Amino acid sequence: MALASQKDFFSGLMFTTVGGSFAWGATEYTVGEGARMGPGYFPLMLGILLAILGIIITFQSFTKGHPGGDKIGAFAWRPLGFVLGANLAFGALLVGLPSIGFPAMGLIVAIYALVLISSLAQPGAKLKPTLILATILAIGSYGAFVKLLSLQFPVWPAFLTN
Amino acid sequence: MELFDNLALGFGVAFTFQNLVYAFIGCLLGTLIGVLPGIGPLATIAMLLPATYGLPPVAALIMLAGIYYGAQYGGSTTAILVNLPGEASSVVTVIDGYQMARKGRAGPALAAAGLGSFFAGCVGTLILAAFAPPLTEVALQFGPAEYFSLMIVGLIGAVVLASGSLIKALAMIVLGLLLGLVGTDVNSGVARYSFDIPELTDGISFLAIAMGLFGYGEIISNLSRPEEHREVFTGKVEGIMPTKEDFKNMLPAVLRGTALGSALGILPGGGALLSAFTAYTLEKKIKLKPGEVPFGQGNIRGVAGPEAANNAGAQTSFIPLLTLGIPPNAVMALMVGAMTIHNIQPGPQVMTSNPELFWGLIASMWIGNAMLIILNLPLIGIWIKLLTVPYRWLFPAIVLFCAIGVYSTNNNSFDIWMVAIFGFIGYLFIKLGCEPAPLLLGLILGPMMEEYLRRAMLISRGDWSVFVTRPLSASLLAIAAILLTVVLLPSIKKKREEAFVED
Repeated sequence: MALASQKDFFSGLMFTTVGGSFAWGATEYTVGEGARMGPGYFPLMLGILLAILGIIITFQSFTKGHPGGDKIGAFAWRPLGFVLGANLAFGALLVGLPSIGFPAMGLIVAIYALVLISSLAQPGAKLKPTLILATILAIGSYGAFVKLLSLQFPVWPAFLTN
Repeated sequence: MELFDNLALGFGVAFTFQNLVYAFIGCLLGTLIGVLPGIGPLATIAMLLPATYGLPPVAALIMLAGIYYGAQYGGSTTAILVNLPGEASSVVTVIDGYQMARKGRAGPALAAAGLGSFFAGCVGTLILAAFAPPLTEVALQFGPAEYFSLMIVGLIGAVVLASGSLIKALAMIVLGLLLGLVGTDVNSGVARYSFDIPELTDGISFLAIAMGLFGYGEIISNLSRPEEHREVFTGKVEGIMPTKEDFKNMLPAVLRGTALGSALGILPGGGALLSAFTAYTLEKKIKLKPGEVPFGQGNIRGVAGPEAANNAGAQTSFIPLLTLGIPPNAVMALMVGAMTIHNIQPGPQVMTSNPELFWGLIASMWIGNAMLIILNLPLIGIWIKLLTVPYRWLFPAIVLFCAIGVYSTNNNSFDIWMVAIFGFIGYLFIKLGCEPAPLLLGLILGPMMEEYLRRAMLISRGDWSVFVTRPLSASLLAIAAILLTVVLLPSIKKKREEAFVED
């Protein structure tokens, strides 16, 4: 059987799964009754509602959609990976990962890493302009966030400051 | 006149040196992100929220508000000169604005957009000042049942008037409500859906969700498309002043756009985007004068009307936020977050408990509009230069500001991991055709709705009929029901789909 909308089919499934999980999770808490609602009451209601909406969306996806099947299309793994990877590297370098003993490298190192990694998200990135951009952003962020707004950041690597 | 006393108080607050500077920064940033395609006011406000922690609440809100209405000005520049909407609400400006630019009339198009926006902004601010006090009076009579029903109307209205699939938008709202419940339940102290992660007992940071969905999700989706060839009319903007003929055509369109935008901005789900769409549809319906350029080929009314409407809508969408504490759209949902961070509970009590903030913010909007017209017309050259900056220089900076912003909210790296997760989810939503804005509304309203539902049911001793026996609550629910049935009617449904397929 052909789907009229692949997007709707999968989003319906997503809503049903998420709604179902929330509802199932809600039964772990006291549900209570109307006059004395427990912590599980409202999430249980909403979870069931979401699951139902998801089922309707999935069913409609067989009949309603755009010509061509409303295909989801290929995932853009390259930007996805590099943008999110840059973000994770920034977090890890900024404050370190104490659980595995990775030391904090501070804001400046983290900015260079973020710019270098994220620039790879677009094909044809060149090293030199990227380094210039990173330097501008590092100086600008230091001036704006650390000096001007005095937000609390570890700026330099931990082994240098200690 | 009480109104004038209040406005005098407001201008007294807004005209201090510090607040003028922040209004200016807000307008400047708003224009900047409005001009740049691929980053919207939502992501910017989310990024800058942490930076406002150290500021007094009035200054912070003045700046954040400036970003929102400033973006409506900047968006039109890109629409006219590059054939790309710099801002979602400028989508319709592209149609006739770009055609005018191609015919060498970029100057008058920019002037029509700027002057129309300025006029609409001033009127919108006045309406805000005039309507807020009486609405506040009404809101003060609301009990928990009324508030719960009001939120239902707000949420239903938001999906009814938004574009895209109705049922998917509903599902996104419910998902947002559920995500809003993560964390410690205020009544029982139970940590819900926290999976024994200590950071999750405080709930998921709404900033992390907003930046992930609107910042990262959009960047990834932008990067997955090959870079469009941009044709920028850089050197060709000369002769800003429209001709007499232009003014004659513009004026009624601006008036109509302002009226429409002001009305639609107040509605839940309204705001800049919807106002612009409706205004363009209206202008197209009005018969062309003999000798007038047809729509789609550079009619100045097609620029002036929607641009006036989106700015009026941006202004009046503050009314439900400031009087009822209910955000009518996702940007206003972020403003709720901003107010909460500064320990101000949005709602009818703001006007009495923080009059300087309330009237100062309103007065600052008028000053901001005046600043914007100067920023956007005589200084247009600077913004044109900015349009030649390629995306590859911009997106690493956006990624960086998101990461810094979210870290400095709590000085906690956990939020950085959350942004990454929601960035992935945001991209998934885009791929699945699920509009993320309703989710943000649900997220903000989730805990409030649960609290009001709980209180209403406690008072009524578990009797659900309380929502229909109290007249105010019943009429609100009736409005919600009517809204839903009306859009589900086949004839209207078709119209609604047509209205949003304009490009």
